[in-house]
Amino acid sequence: MSTERTGFLGWIDERFPLTKVWKEHLSEYYAPKNFNFWYYMGSLAILVLVLQIVTGLWLTMSYKPSADDAFASVAYIMRDVNWGWLLRYMHSTGASAFFILIYLHMFRALLYGSYRKPRELLWIIGVTIYLAMMATAFFGYLLPWGQMSYWGAQVIVNLFAAVPGIGEDLSVWVRGDYVISDVTLNRFFAFHFLVPFLIAGLVFIHIVALHKVGSNNPDGIEIKQGPKGNRWDDKAPADGIPFHPYYTVKDIAGAVGFLILFAAVVFFWPDLGGLFLEAPNFQPADPLKTPEHIAPVWYFTPYYAILRAVPPMFGSQFPGVVVMFAAILILFFLPWLDRSEVKSIRYKGILSKIAIGVFAITFIVLAWLGLESVTPAKTLLAQIFTVLYFLFFLLMPIYSKLDKTKPIPERVTKTSWMSRIKTKPVPERGTQ
Amino acid sequence: MKRLLIASVLLLAPAFVSASGGAGLHLEKADIDLADQESLQRGAKYFVGYCMGCHSLKYMRYNRMAEDLGLDEVQIRRDFIFDKETKPGDLMVSAMRPRDGEKWFGTQVPDLTLVTRWRDPDWVFTYLKHFYLDESRPYGVNNAVFPDVGMPHVLAGHQGLQKAVHTETEGEHPGSLKGLELMRPDNMSEEEHNQRVKEYDQMVRDLTNFLTYAGEPIKLERRRLGFYVLGFLVILFGLAYLLKKEYWKDVH
Repeated sequence: MSTERTGFLGWIDERFPLTKVWKEHLSEYYAPKNFNFWYYMGSLAILVLVLQIVTGLWLTMSYKPSADDAFASVAYIMRDVNWGWLLRYMHSTGASAFFILIYLHMFRALLYGSYRKPRELLWIIGVTIYLAMMATAFFGYLLPWGQMSYWGAQVIVNLFAAVPGIGEDLSVWVRGDYVISDVTLNRFFAFHFLVPFLIAGLVFIHIVALHKVGSNNPDGIEIKQGPKGNRWDDKAPADGIPFHPYYTVKDIAGAVGFLILFAAVVFFWPDLGGLFLEAPNFQPADPLKTPEHIAPVWYFTPYYAILRAVPPMFGSQFPGVVVMFAAILILFFLPWLDRSEVKSIRYKGILSKIAIGVFAITFIVLAWLGLESVTPAKTLLAQIFTVLYFLFFLLMPIYSKLDKTKPIPERVTKTSWMSRIKTKPVPERGTQ
Repeated sequence: MKRLLIASVLLLAPAFVSASGGAGLHLEKADIDLADQESLQRGAKYFVGYCMGCHSLKYMRYNRMAEDLGLDEVQIRRDFIFDKETKPGDLMVSAMRPRDGEKWFGTQVPDLTLVTRWRDPDWVFTYLKHFYLDESRPYGVNNAVFPDVGMPHVLAGHQGLQKAVHTETEGEHPGSLKGLELMRPDNMSEEEHNQRVKEYDQMVRDLTNFLTYAGEPIKLERRRLGFYVLGFLVILFGLAYLLKKEYWKDVH
């Protein structure tokens, strides 16, 4: 352990803790050995973030953020810039992929209680990243300057106008104009460029926080509190394995698997039936022609459905806006809402299992409703599911406390579904 | 695609909701083939000959089109470019001034480069086949897919004229459009008539094919490359999986 490096690395180490950082965060960072499928999402999200930043940077080299030129410059990228179409499709597919991965990543945290003590701050940083992602996705969606870009931004910025008293002034301040215009496009472009770097910084902080408390795992038990001593270190958790090389090689395989799906979309179905690239966005923005049906991109639609579900009160849309933001901000309080004695869904009782199942369905139904045009029946559905969405959180202190939990194991359990199939069931004692 | 179809059907709903169950307006399948270069070449010629008087393809360059469609510069200069100022590297912009278009047709004449992407190839195909006589319109024709469209029936010389068939004056929705009927001039035999229908279908199909190509010139190349990329990734995945297995065999 105490072997000092010499040579070039030694020279570096005297001036910068390179070997120390490598050991602390990779070769001697002990992660639970029972990570399953859900644990790919974090590293994949980082991969996509890098892809987005790199493709985005290259797109910037040919994109023109002006109301007169933006649409044509995107067409120029798609046609005249060498490989421009690939950069653009990777970027548009990457945006949706990023949200898919993050939703799965967050759902993993819900399943295994990864937001519980001591990981509250880790969770809060994560939700902050999610907010920043939504912001940058929203800014970015205006840039192609298509009909849906324009009117989607119009609808969302108008939400600010619903704030009582200062609303009108606030929305003008956000747009820099009375309607979405050239000046709005310019500022959105500036923010769209900036925020991803903030996200990268937040991801760094997210990982620092993770490595302080250690990774959770599908069993929701703390390997640091379990027995000590493994093959590599007497003091390390017995159920831990070094992140490098074990999880680096595992994540590489996961990354390639993900890239197969990603490339399948980019090369064969880049608009994904209008979900990843919406058809009306192939028409240039026209401030005088409102599209029949305005829907945000799919990753915003659950919240859009919630917004539309709340009826105007006192002649104002403001309550809907408040409820929509509450739906996002309530995530911050999750660590203190869960009162269960155990973290992982594996050892929680039936109430929690039903709750999380209903919540998953709720989120998907709301996402679908947000894409649809309004009918009375659909509005009613949206209202029901909005209530269910909030009940999952607001009733959690009650049902998670009432719920009968199973005893948690002392050591992590073998988890892969493959091994479950392979292992023959052991007959119970006494039956032999 | 499906959502787009539904959307375009919904757009038409006001005009056709009454014709429920009647001719309705399900879009006809364009049945195009982007790999059919001859069809694309014919479509390009039709476009330049009949559409480009008013409509531009302002994101498309002549020489890019030539390259993708297997045409050479001589052909481009002979069959596609009609004024001496224009060079093969230029964008395919209509000679009509947009301001004039607004005056003549009462609305902005849309650029068609991306029409098959914000509409649908099937929409374009069906649209071009559904003009019918309507005295109330400035150019004497209306369109069943795009009611009250400002465009005249430019291809009437090839298709012939269609008249609207309305439902009975009584019933739930009296007088609504039921379908279209292609009129056969007296001096045209049944055979010639059928031949003309067939030829017009092919012409519209070629045009739709070309416009679909123009909507995304890289489409075929993109798919071709996709197979190589996926092939590479699948092999890489095999190797990455074996590497993982090798490392993990001592983790119990």
